[in-house]
Amino acid sequence: MSGSNLIEVQSVSFAYDQRPVLKNINLVVPRGKVVSIMGGSGCGKTTLLRLIGGQLKPSSGSVKVDGESVETLSASQLTRLRRKMGMLFQMGALFTDLNVYENIAFQMREHTDLPEAIIYDLVMMKLHAVGLHGAYKLMPSELSGGMARRVALARAIALDPMLIMYDEPFAGLDPISLGVIGILIRKLNDALGATSIVVTHDVQESLKIVDYVYMVSDGVVVAEGTAEEIRSSTLPFVHQFVWGETDGPVAFHYPSESYSDLLLGRTL
Amino acid sequence: MNRTVMDIWVGIFVAIGIGATVFVALRVANLASSTSEATYQVTAEFSNIGGLKVRAPVKSAGVVVGRVTDITLDTQKYVAMVSMNLEQRYPFSQDTSASILTSGLLGEQYVGLESGAESENLTDGGKITLTSSALVLESLISEFLLDKASE
Amino acid sequence: MRAIIRIPASIGHYVNDRLWRLGYASRFLFIILIQSGTCLIRPRLVLRETYFIGVQSLIIILVSGMFVGLVLGLQMYDTLERFGSGEGVGTVVALALVRELGPVLSALLFASRAGTAVTAEIGLMKTTEQLSAMEMMAIEPVARVIAPRFWAGIISLPLLTSMFNVMGIFGGYLVGVKLLGVDEGIFWSQMQATVDFREDVLNGIIKSVVFAVAVIMIAVFEGYNSPPTAEGVSAATTRAVVTSSLAILALDFVLTAFMFRGI
Repeated sequence: MSGSNLIEVQSVSFAYDQRPVLKNINLVVPRGKVVSIMGGSGCGKTTLLRLIGGQLKPSSGSVKVDGESVETLSASQLTRLRRKMGMLFQMGALFTDLNVYENIAFQMREHTDLPEAIIYDLVMMKLHAVGLHGAYKLMPSELSGGMARRVALARAIALDPMLIMYDEPFAGLDPISLGVIGILIRKLNDALGATSIVVTHDVQESLKIVDYVYMVSDGVVVAEGTAEEIRSSTLPFVHQFVWGETDGPVAFHYPSESYSDLLLGRTL
Repeated sequence: MNRTVMDIWVGIFVAIGIGATVFVALRVANLASSTSEATYQVTAEFSNIGGLKVRAPVKSAGVVVGRVTDITLDTQKYVAMVSMNLEQRYPFSQDTSASILTSGLLGEQYVGLESGAESENLTDGGKITLTSSALVLESLISEFLLDKASE
Repeated sequence: MRAIIRIPASIGHYVNDRLWRLGYASRFLFIILIQSGTCLIRPRLVLRETYFIGVQSLIIILVSGMFVGLVLGLQMYDTLERFGSGEGVGTVVALALVRELGPVLSALLFASRAGTAVTAEIGLMKTTEQLSAMEMMAIEPVARVIAPRFWAGIISLPLLTSMFNVMGIFGGYLVGVKLLGVDEGIFWSQMQATVDFREDVLNGIIKSVVFAVAVIMIAVFEGYNSPPTAEGVSAATTRAVVTSSLAILALDFVLTAFMFRGI
């Protein structure tokens, strides 16, 4: 065990082919906290989660999880590390050919030799935690968006992970489901003694539940602080983002020639 | 889908599939009667085999008694060496004669055997000495023309 | 002037791209084989996919086999009768099916029925991040999702081909014996005398195994490498059926040349 930080991202850069996504990013996630990474669409938030999960390797820099550098691990070490991680994917990513019960039992069956009776009890406990133990027989196609997200959440915590990662947990949910998911993220983190990373662009909802916020724009951290500090921040970008203003440092217009020139066809 | 139902369906599927393969092998290709017999090998020399091919049938009185297994050219005497496997249950005398015949006017060519009078039988590795070659249409015609010319 | 450079460049790009894909596909096949251990330890995974790939293709294979046999019987009888050898219909139908039509047609049907389903399913699993989710759960998607489908395909197609052959021969029997009045005894005995197990039947089975590898390999490869969008999956599905159909016909030519002509 190394110190109080579960995750340390040290000057990490990453590029898809030639297009840089992350530029020299530094951030830490302390144990037991819920940390949010916010930013506009396509700013590299999901890439950051994939780097932490070892699905991608950084072009430079180092990602340390629980004291181990993810990018240097062998396949079997990575497998061992991933068993301690849970991840909630953007659209839930439930296995469509398995019912709710089997979805949650999936990792228990794959990774453990637990007898069926114990698996049953564990699955029911996880489903109860998200309030869906009555729906264990349903197929993913029969669930509403909010329910599917909650089942996916139950699946992410199936093996009691030390780290839970949420990729856009609030996307596409109605206000009630939104609140439910928000509260669940906080409650489950504290009940399991886990650490959570929430990647989102839903500012208001996540500011209610998180301990610390990193704001990412164009592959760099532009602001960080507690929820209060972010709300009261006077930085133009943060202000624009938190209050959802249409124009500001992030321009409404895509960079282009002068509008009048375009209309008059002078650049053709 | 219930697990047991799926198991049963896959079981039926595999059973029908194997059954179909066995059907094709036995009923269509008649595997049972063609290869299971014990055989012995004999060879014969022909000055010309015509269009005889490996795996052509060997018949005696019209009954298939074996198959041609190998055809080579003997470079000492420049004759064709034809090896054939005959079924153990059909013994042939040592003075058996072999000839290359054609089924029908334009059909496949096969080896015809005619047993002789000797009491000793051919054994494995034996050799048929009395042979007559395939009828080659061109030589028949030229022979016929020569005969006509000399008349 | 530009065209002089552009044409060879585009040809080069095309060839490069094809070669790269081929190399990538062979590496993928290698990975599937390495990751197949899970299927041996847990045969139930393969059994489940055999249900979806094999059992669900049964109807189309059986019905098509029947009709192909019926039509072959009619056409062949008509042609053979002109040479006065109508009783050879059983032989011709059986040989055509066992050597050529059975393996090729069932592989084509299999590619469009089961191959596309596999491509679309895997593509959709990728689009909805199910494969990523598995990876994050420390479960190798190739071992858990790809390999079982691969082996189920290789088990299913040869079995389906045999069923296709039997149905076809039965169709020929119905037309020849029941409809056109060929003597039943001659129908079967001529067939048995002409069709050879090793030359015809075994080579047909070898063909169908080769086709199975090609079809299912293309199906899982296209699915696994499809762009994670709706258009991507539908394009991959189309490409899978086109590529595997062409592959079947090309392989059939090569195999036939080797098997029956003895090149």
